[in-house]
Amino acid sequence: MPHRTLQEEERSLWTLFGTFFKIGLFTFGGGYAMIALLEDEFITKKHWLGRDEFLDMAAIAESTPGPVAINSATYLGYKLAGVPGAAVATVAVSLPSFGIIYAISLFFDQFTALTVVAHAFQGIQVCVIYLIFSAGVRMLKALERTPLNVGILLVVMACMIAFSLLAVKFSSIAFILLSGVVGVAVWWTGRNQKGGR
Amino acid sequence: MLWQLFWTFLEIGAVSFGGGYGMISLIREKVLLHGWLEETQFLSFIAVSESTPGPLAVNMATFIGASQAGAAGAFCATLGVVLPSFFIILLIAALIHNLLQYAGVNAFLSGIRPCVVALILATAVTMGLSSLLGVSTLADTPAPAWQGIGILAALLLLRFGWQRWKGKAPSPIAMILVSAVLGMVVYH
Repeated sequence: MPHRTLQEEERSLWTLFGTFFKIGLFTFGGGYAMIALLEDEFITKKHWLGRDEFLDMAAIAESTPGPVAINSATYLGYKLAGVPGAAVATVAVSLPSFGIIYAISLFFDQFTALTVVAHAFQGIQVCVIYLIFSAGVRMLKALERTPLNVGILLVVMACMIAFSLLAVKFSSIAFILLSGVVGVAVWWTGRNQKGGR
Repeated sequence: MLWQLFWTFLEIGAVSFGGGYGMISLIREKVLLHGWLEETQFLSFIAVSESTPGPLAVNMATFIGASQAGAAGAFCATLGVVLPSFFIILLIAALIHNLLQYAGVNAFLSGIRPCVVALILATAVTMGLSSLLGVSTLADTPAPAWQGIGILAALLLLRFGWQRWKGKAPSPIAMILVSAVLGMVVYH
């Protein structure tokens, strides 16, 4: 990272804060939508990062646990201004959400106590199930049809629905970790077979 | 309570892959397990989180935290969901930036990717079974909620109609607004 004077450091932290605050305030639709906005802001407008580095960031943000938006903010903040930059960017991108949702939560119960609003929310609840399903279908379409993918997908889906109907408690966390282990096992056996020939 | 909120969301932040939607199945499990929210409340919370700006995960954490323990609860839950990301990314950016080039790591992620899609789809199916057909477990007698099923049918018609007409799916917020109006009419 290039050496900066204290003044420059301060200015860049404020700019970082401002930029991420703005992004947190204006992105709808979560992390993936945010990546497009970040690209526009950091590469096209400000030239703070190269495209390759940005693509690396996107790959890491999407494949590590946690919210994609937070992952991107922490990574870009660190690249631009070290650990303080990471902290500033992460706080800045979360603050608008926190403020807006907290304000809504103060009035939400009174709001939904109105009959008309309650009816509207009954309709909205149906829509949310549709939205979750269509997010799943979108991700399904992006998934390659390999035996490993199809196998894990079908087994996890069948187990999860069956366990839920049979009221068997089994955490999603276990499914995630087990699937990761299956991925490693398949890779490991494939590699050993190749090595044996 | 604050500790439990913090800890629950820390766990969710540390093991959820695939962003906000990937997190929903985990959050739903925890929230129902602790008895923090009913399924319908949870669905309303998702709708509000989806139609306000910012990361879905942060919105959900703030909302659930606030509903259980006010401002302090909102803070603890949000901090919990953000912290694992923060440290994992710092670790990767600072020390092991070629983490994704290790074949073993890639193999682990290649197993997780289809799993996350399965979790999202299965969660939507179980939610649909319980709130539209009244079937949470096999012991339940089906009690179809015809109004809800009607709204779902209308939303699907709208989605595919719009797709044919405009060439793309309508935005989630547009769908939420339409379903709100449908709800007001149907449940009146």
